[in-house]
Amino acid sequence: MKKRIICKNASLGYEDGIVTENLDFTVNSGDYLCILGENGSGKSTLIKALLGLKSAVSGEIIWEGLSARDIGYLPQQTPVQRDFPASVREIVLSGCLAKCGFRPFYNKTEKKLAEDNMKKLHIDHLADHCYRELSGGQQQRVLLARALCATSEMLLLDEPVTALDPKAQADLYALIHDLNRSGITIIMVSHDISSALKYATHILHIAKKQLFFGTVNDYINSKSGIDFIETEGQ
Amino acid sequence: MLEKLQYYFEFPIVRYALIVGLLVSLCSSLLGVTLVLKRFSFIGDGLSHVAFGAMAVATVTGITRQMLIILPITVISAVLILRTGRNTKIRGDASTAMISVGALAIGYMLINMFSKSANVAGDVCSTLFGSTSILSLQKKEVILCIVLSMIVLCIFVLFYNKIFAVTFDENFSKATGINADIYNLIIAVITAIIIVLAMSLVGSLLISALIIFPSITAMRIFRSFKSVIICSAITAVFCAGTGFLISLLCGTPVGATIVTVNIFVFFVFCIISGFSGTKK
Repeated sequence: MKKRIICKNASLGYEDGIVTENLDFTVNSGDYLCILGENGSGKSTLIKALLGLKSAVSGEIIWEGLSARDIGYLPQQTPVQRDFPASVREIVLSGCLAKCGFRPFYNKTEKKLAEDNMKKLHIDHLADHCYRELSGGQQQRVLLARALCATSEMLLLDEPVTALDPKAQADLYALIHDLNRSGITIIMVSHDISSALKYATHILHIAKKQLFFGTVNDYINSKSGIDFIETEGQ
Repeated sequence: MLEKLQYYFEFPIVRYALIVGLLVSLCSSLLGVTLVLKRFSFIGDGLSHVAFGAMAVATVTGITRQMLIILPITVISAVLILRTGRNTKIRGDASTAMISVGALAIGYMLINMFSKSANVAGDVCSTLFGSTSILSLQKKEVILCIVLSMIVLCIFVLFYNKIFAVTFDENFSKATGINADIYNLIIAVITAIIIVLAMSLVGSLLISALIIFPSITAMRIFRSFKSVIICSAITAVFCAGTGFLISLLCGTPVGATIVTVNIFVFFVFCIISGFSGTKK
């Protein structure tokens, strides 16, 4: 069965108002979708809705052939995490938790999965290090490894390169690109239009409402695309 | 000195008090790590005042089995406080402060108005600071305390990985299909149980110290979640044991002595971490 997320004319918001509306798009298995927009355009709200943490005010968001267990998530860092005493291994392993169900402890398969994902993201030598002492780029890799433990289908990334230096940004983009080529669907919220155009297959541009959805090539030639690319100084 | 201790330990009451003291410290230190990391330290403080209010109600109504009133009221308040934490109308910290100070005031007023005891001030003081009540424990209460502590320990071990995940990143847990709300509820309920247990040990004003100090102490030096938990547990048991012995020998109040030992160990760890920090 085809795995995809369909968003049908959805409006999202809180009790006191709509944040973004008229969202109409489909994410197919294997896509690399970049969600672009200014601050306050509803990107983070959209991510919450796609994760199922928040329901649409109107319209609907349908997961076809997907469940919460198939989705990995790379959230923005919270203040709690910045001084959290935890080793890299503990954090990566916690990504396997949903696979445990009612079983209280991790089994060998899950521990192996965690080790494999740490190797994949080149952080296996950091396994016993403390999370809060790592660099920003390394921390993002740890969280990415955790997300990979949770899924091999789809990753949602919420501004993963913010606060990283240019080298770490480039590394992380390359890594995410590799993951996408290995068959994992990527949905990424981003400020960074040049990388979005370079790596993504599809673009969703929102600003209180949907401005554009389609492939990267169509976006470059669309009106909102041209405007946005100009204002971002490309 | 040893003879003096030996003499004291011939009384079952002293042995009971030590057992309860060690168990309560152990449980509160385990949970303390989670509460401190989740920025919920204040909940311990709030709930202990609620427990004090509940105790006042129990005293006034003259019910002999006070636990039957205190435990449910505290558990319900724990759940309510966690709920209102998410309510945007009254901020979480403000609502906790309201509940906690409110319970304290009403509790004190009730005791003052209706208490038949001649020494009201003494009663209130011992509830707040637990000065004597730990040495007046009945065998039944000790057994109840042991059972409840064992339940708390089992829950903590069985849900250890889930508690870690929910503490570290609630949104990620929810997004990957883990029912984070249930685990938050479990944390709230066992916090309430521990606070009610700890009330007889250190009194309701000092409970937060048992919850917060061992975990903060452990975090000064250790860097993985598991080592922090283990160190916190060992520190708590050590401080409770030492504090208890000191209070027996010197005749100081039990609760306050244990907390003082905790503070001392905290500063020792601070100094150690300062030295190891400069090496890097």
